[in-house]
Parts: sequence; structure tokens; C-alpha cells
Amino acid sequence: MSSTQVNEAPARLEWRVATVTSVRDETPHARTIVLDVPEWRGHRAGQHLDIRLVAEDGYEAQRSYSIASSPESASVELTVERIENAEVSPYLCDVLRAGDGLEIRGPIGGYFVWHATLEGPLLLVAGGSGIVPLMSMLRHRSRTAAGPHTPVRLLYSARSLADIIYKQELDAVAGTPNSDIAFTLTRSAPSDWNGYRRRIDRAMLDEIAWPAADGARAFVCGPTPLVESVASLLVDLGYAPERVKTERFGPTG
Amino acid sequence: MGSLIYICAGISDPIADSSVTMADRPFIARGFHGRRSTAAADRLPPGQYETRDFPVLSAGPTPRTPLESWDFTIEHADGRSTRWSWDELMALPRDTPTVDIHCVTKWSKFDTAWEGVSIDQLLQLAGGAAADESFVVAFSDGGYTTNLPLADVTNGKAWIAFGYAGQPLPSEHGGPARLLVPHLYFWKSAKWVRGLRLALRDQPGFWEQLGYHNRGDPWREQRYQGDP
Repeated sequence: MSSTQVNEAPARLEWRVATVTSVRDETPHARTIVLDVPEWRGHRAGQHLDIRLVAEDGYEAQRSYSIASSPESASVELTVERIENAEVSPYLCDVLRAGDGLEIRGPIGGYFVWHATLEGPLLLVAGGSGIVPLMSMLRHRSRTAAGPHTPVRLLYSARSLADIIYKQELDAVAGTPNSDIAFTLTRSAPSDWNGYRRRIDRAMLDEIAWPAADGARAFVCGPTPLVESVASLLVDLGYAPERVKTERFGPTG
Repeated sequence: MGSLIYICAGISDPIADSSVTMADRPFIARGFHGRRSTAAADRLPPGQYETRDFPVLSAGPTPRTPLESWDFTIEHADGRSTRWSWDELMALPRDTPTVDIHCVTKWSKFDTAWEGVSIDQLLQLAGGAAADESFVVAFSDGGYTTNLPLADVTNGKAWIAFGYAGQPLPSEHGGPARLLVPHLYFWKSAKWVRGLRLALRDQPGFWEQLGYHNRGDPWREQRYQGDP
């Protein structure tokens, strides 16, 4: 390696040990982990970080998790969905507790990001734990001067009412100006449920999504079938493909 | 390089909190045992785990170009180019590589079976790379690009793949055709590929401009900018 290359090399994203300051259950299947990260340089809403778990004998596992907290927050929060019989998420949801260290590096990802100064209304479409990076965007929007001027519409698909992550906080956002939040429940819904009760389809997006002419920025995050379908439907509705940013949650555990 | 930095930091500040910066000794996650992969250790690059699924990752909507208007182009740095229609590409001799693939999001998938035309063959039909054409940029429907040294796509290392597991490559996995460069992280295997641009200089592609490593060798764990 020549000295020129060394000088031009960007700084490495170093592994560092964050401290878990608290954990809280969001739903029966999802837990938020609040981290104090030494020398955290901040993140942009929508980014993720990597975690690394090393066992006593040196065996290691790595995974990526979206950041849920606002960039303006002093702590870094992850919300992890417990995948049964998986390797990492049950550890994060069931074993990790306040006071533990957690090895992380990040933030990572520069495309699926939103900043309050970007023009155009915001369309957020989430499936399941796909709400996590979108929550970071909503929190960022609430905590910056420019944010509330951006009209936002969120369409969030969950299996049941109990599976909706951040329900109270989202209801509070829905009560603020320029904010519309719609839920759809795909498996079971209470008898008095007045939201949608089916998978996201074209008719639903017709009702919720900004008209293409409004120049909205769309962020779609969730399981692959939902993301594939919603992104294609938005293009059909006239959204420019470059205004539809996607993040897919594979079956990582 | 990396280990030298750690050693220097330790010498200059011996009472620094070792839990903050990673020394050569890993941080042990309390109570973590993990599920050992049954995969042979020499097939799984560091930080990866084996999956039997085929996860989909891409940054935007899946483009859908009809085969009648699809083509594949090799562009030389001096402006010459060679173009194949879908039917012309299908008429070329094919390979059927079975390879392990590794995604930067940590999953690896073993023994994936592809069908495609080697880049070696396409380059030969395009007159070969000039001596100073040391890099390529793959470009795709939807605007995606990724950059590679020419040496990473020649000598039997890369294909334009249009078949997967005995079937036409599904669009969410990059069909009708994608670049296949299995020895690098899979973002280098550009989905929906429409051509290769030969270049005299290296030009970072889409993810390479957004913080990902310029080369992406999974065995050296070159995930992000600044990794070794």
C-alpha cells in the first residue's frame, strides 16, 4: 500500500463497546435497547448500525439493526424484533440487560436517510419492525424546527393491534398538525377497530399516498413481499423511482 | 495497519478504558453462546452466517424492462461499444457456475446454481480490454452502478447471469440479468445489469460513494470505507 493511499483512506468505523442503559418492551415480540455510546458521532434518520456478539470461546455473530432514536437524542436506541429460534435477536430481547456492554459500529448507510430540511412531503410505509428507521425519521421531524413544516403520512401494516410498535407515540404524532397516520392489521383486529384490515394494496395507497404530482419522498421498509409490492405500486401511481427508497428486512435473526 | 494503531494507542495511554476502544482482545458478550454454524469454517467469511433463504436487498423499486427492448453493452474508454440484444446474448455459449455468495448484510448462501455468459467471453467478442483499461463500472436499469478492477471480472471470475436454480432469474433477484461476481460482497453483483463501462481510472459506484468499501472482499471483511 502506498503512502498516498494511506493518507486518503477514510477513517475506519471502529468497533466500540456501548453500555445498555435500559431496555423496554414495545410489544410482546419487540424490545427497545437504549445505549450510551462513547464518542458517538451522531447519525442520520434511517441509518443502521452493526452489532457484534463474541462468545467466551471466540465464536462471533454480527447483525445489522436500524436505529430508532432521533439524531437529536443523546442516547442511541435500537428496537429489535424477536425472531424465534434465531441466533441473535433472542439474545438481544431476552438476555441483554441494563449495565451490559454491547459491541457496535456505525452509523452505516447513506441512502435510506431523511433530513428535515429536504423539500417535499413525506410518505412512510412500514411493515412490522420496518417501522424502526421510519420512527427515527418521525422523531427527527418532531424535534427540529424545520420538521413540522414537512407534511407526513404514515401507513403501517402490522399483524395485530398488539404488534404495533410505538403505538402510543404514533397516536401522539397523529394529533399534531400535518401528520396523518393509518394502520392496517393483517391477521386479527378488535371488533371496534376502525383502521384497515387487509394487506396494503393499490386502493389503500390511492387513499393514503400523496398524489405523485406533490413530489413526495417515499420511504418503504418491511419484509420483502411488502416492499416489492408497495414500491411497484407507487411507481404505478406515478412516483419517480428515485423518490421511492426501500429497505428490506430479510429473515435475519 | 490496524494492529499498529491499536498498539500505539495502548502505549501512549495505558490507563485508557479498554472497554471503550477495541484492543486486540475481543469484548465478550455476557451470556452469549450463539448457534454454531454447521458450515465448514473455511466456507464462511468472518462475520457472516449461513442462510438457506435468498434475502432480497435493493435500494428502490424493482425495474422491469421488457426483453424486446433489453440489451447489454460493453463500452470501451475510447467510445467503441459492442451491444447484444437479449436473443443474441442467449445464443452465446453458457456456463453453469455453482458458487457461494456473501452479502455485506451478513448472510452467506452456499452452492447457488447460476446460468450465464462469462465476462471473459463478452470482453473477447468486444475486442478485448485495452492495456490501460484497468477498471469497469457495471451499470443497471434504475441507475445503479458499481465499480470493480477489471481483474475481478476476468479469468473465470464473473458472469452475466440470467438463470438461477434452473429457472429464469426472478426480477427481485436482478432478472432478467445481473452481474455475478461471487468472490466479492454481493452488492458488486449488480442487479438488472445493462452493461459494463471499461475505464482507465477507478470511479466509485452507488454504494461505494455511500460509505461502503471500494473493493468488498468478504474474506478480508471489507464492508465499509476504511476497513482493511
